Amino acid sequence: MALLQMQRINIYALNKDRKHILELLQRRGVVEVRSMLKEDSIFHRTDVSESMQSFEKNIAIASEALSVLDNYVKEKKSMLSALNGRKELPLEVFDSFIEKYDSVVDRAKRMIYLSKSIAENKAEILKLQTQIEILTPWIQLDVPLNFKGTKYTSSFIGALPRNWTLEEIYERLADYMPLDIDIVSSTKEQTCIFVLCAKDNKDKVFETLRGMDFILPSITTTNSPAEQLSLLYKQIEDYKANIDSAIEEIKSYDKVRKELLFLQDFDTMRAEKYEVIGQLLQSKNVFIITGFIPEKDSEAIKDELTLGFDLAVEVTEPRKKDDVPILYKNNGFSEPLEGIVNSYSPPGKGEVDPTTVMSFFYYALFGLMLSDAGYGLLIAAACAFILVKFKNTIERPLMNTLKMYMFCGIATMFWGIIFSSYFGDIFDVVATTFFGVTDIPIIPPVWFYPVEKPMLMLTFSMAIGIVHLLTGLAMNGYQKAKQKDYMGIIYDVLFWYVLLISSVVLLLSMKMITDILGVNVNISDTVKDIAGILFVASAVGIILTNGRESKNPFKRILKGLYALYGISGYLSDVLSYSRLLALGLATGIIGTVVNQMAAMTAGGTLGPLFFTIIVILGHALNLAINALGAYVHTNRLQYVEFFGKFYEGGGKIFKPFRVNTKYYKIKENTK
Amino acid sequence: MENMNDYGIVLAVFGAALAALIPGIASAKAVSRGGVAGAGVITEDPSLFGKVLILQLLPGTQGIYGLIIAFITFSQIGVLGGSSDISFVKGLLYFAACLPMIIVGYTSAIRQSNATIASMGVLTKRPDQFGKAMIFPAMVETYAILAVLVSILVVSGVGGLNI
Repeated sequence: MALLQMQRINIYALNKDRKHILELLQRRGVVEVRSMLKEDSIFHRTDVSESMQSFEKNIAIASEALSVLDNYVKEKKSMLSALNGRKELPLEVFDSFIEKYDSVVDRAKRMIYLSKSIAENKAEILKLQTQIEILTPWIQLDVPLNFKGTKYTSSFIGALPRNWTLEEIYERLADYMPLDIDIVSSTKEQTCIFVLCAKDNKDKVFETLRGMDFILPSITTTNSPAEQLSLLYKQIEDYKANIDSAIEEIKSYDKVRKELLFLQDFDTMRAEKYEVIGQLLQSKNVFIITGFIPEKDSEAIKDELTLGFDLAVEVTEPRKKDDVPILYKNNGFSEPLEGIVNSYSPPGKGEVDPTTVMSFFYYALFGLMLSDAGYGLLIAAACAFILVKFKNTIERPLMNTLKMYMFCGIATMFWGIIFSSYFGDIFDVVATTFFGVTDIPIIPPVWFYPVEKPMLMLTFSMAIGIVHLLTGLAMNGYQKAKQKDYMGIIYDVLFWYVLLISSVVLLLSMKMITDILGVNVNISDTVKDIAGILFVASAVGIILTNGRESKNPFKRILKGLYALYGISGYLSDVLSYSRLLALGLATGIIGTVVNQMAAMTAGGTLGPLFFTIIVILGHALNLAINALGAYVHTNRLQYVEFFGKFYEGGGKIFKPFRVNTKYYKIKENTK
Repeated sequence: MENMNDYGIVLAVFGAALAALIPGIASAKAVSRGGVAGAGVITEDPSLFGKVLILQLLPGTQGIYGLIIAFITFSQIGVLGGSSDISFVKGLLYFAACLPMIIVGYTSAIRQSNATIASMGVLTKRPDQFGKAMIFPAMVETYAILAVLVSILVVSGVGGLNI
């Protein structure tokens, strides 16, 4: 349960060392650069937006080129390759990449150009294919489509709608003999005809043809259709050849895939470096880095910098008004839950890190909601397997997620054993269905079956809720102690503790409540009386003090009364933990239903096969849905009920200037 | 009156079947609404698929709670084996016990999908705020949980009554 102590660091160095100093800081990744000084007549900030833009442009080009490449060459990736994390490369590779840089960018541009040309060629082919479609019915015609006739004749080439016979056409045009009519092709939709008539009749023939809905072809050619078609086919072949050669060329760039990935990382690093440069104050010869550094790292960095360069490093405690960034320090058990805290909000100013305390409850509550030893074992074993198999290469965020689920799985196993749930009641079902065992349950619960005693389970859930809430309240006290608000501890924590505990005692002393809860407690009258007195005393205390920020006594009492009304909030908070019962039962009951359905099919020779299939599918579904439910509702109990008692958040996560790459990382020379 | 007692089981089965039916319908509708909104989010940013899927599934639980109530009722009234000899009044009580799940299950699933869709909107603009976005629909779910709780308690309590 801790946050690392942060310090302010100022580094004053010479511009000639700038590149090396920044690169060193970037590799060490322990300083968050923040511009905390103002510009003046000597020191200025440099405008780096132009260089940043060019890096970002090249990153975009490389990533586009990669997606082009992915279209044509499938990268062989195994399912688990994401677990391997980034590849380590020696520093020299990073340093020497600048020599290859331009050629890689050129090749990326070339790939994008090729991909565009492929698209253009494809569009051309489509256009030609439309022409081919139009021309195909005319293939029998041995004159060009734009043939208009000879010296004494006129010709009409075109199409009539629907299917016409030669006689029908002659009939219509009978008045204008001599004529020569050819049907070039005919289908149901259209009849393509060639009409040759005397030049004198030209207009009348055309008039009549128009009356028959004659239309001219939508393209004209100077060659005969057959010739034109073969020309078109040849053109298509050419375009196809272009496409093929472009694809081949793109494929040949598969060997630069690594360089393209590397280029993205390289420019991401440079962009980050330039972003930092933009925040530095620089004069002609000197520059100043200001920022924050965790206390534990400051000495090492100071030594390393002063040894390597001519500079001055100044490390001071942060000032009161500084917005100091947050860096967690937790052990392997709690660290996985930092992400959960972050997605609520990192600890704000003066707040403590709730991760450690939360982690015990988080795992326990998740386990209670899923509460099945079989599911727990599956989850824990799967996570543990990946964690062990990829322990050297796995990246930290993924590792933490897996660890979180591993601990959740272990807790699930624990509660599953307590309440005897093993894939629902799989042992009993298998034993009775296949082996005729009648002596069930095979594994009796360590405590009890929640389905049989839901009220007891409800009481237990709410008891856990009370513990959780009181812990939250205690955290509030701890936080106030750290802020040296000792009166606040008495007013806001101690009074409430007394009030809540005495009201629990009073409730338990009522017969009605114990009957409902099905618990058996004997509370003597003395204890009851003491609890009653404490209840009244603490209530009065709360009324008098909880409105203390108001000076006006009337307003103050009203505010105090309203604060006391907050006890209804505690009631609803405690009831909210009934979801532990509901979700726990959901897992168990659906598991049982799955097993029963499977048992119904278990007869006959194929029975065991059906049984297995139903069991596997059913439990996979149940596990998925209920693990989701457990995750969401554990978060809710932490965020709303637990955090509500003491935690607001609003801090800023420590974002050190470092190597934020996606594909490769620098292998540090271990000295 | 003896004839009337034959109808006890009918009422109880009616209640149980409706507990599976009505929240199931609502969950199907709510999840599909979430899916429609989620598909829109995915077109913008496919990397959000996992988060969107979680949000989409949230209002699906009401159907499952309904199934639980149906199952507990069936096993209490002996439909799944055992004695199915229950009086008319008991049958009516079982029916009443299922009502919280039937009604609250239906309305809360639909309302929860409204919150889900709004949370998906949050994701499109602020993908890092998933933790908070997830809590809004989960708040609605509380009432479905309370309903399922009451139904469970009453269904398992009615069996012990001597009517």
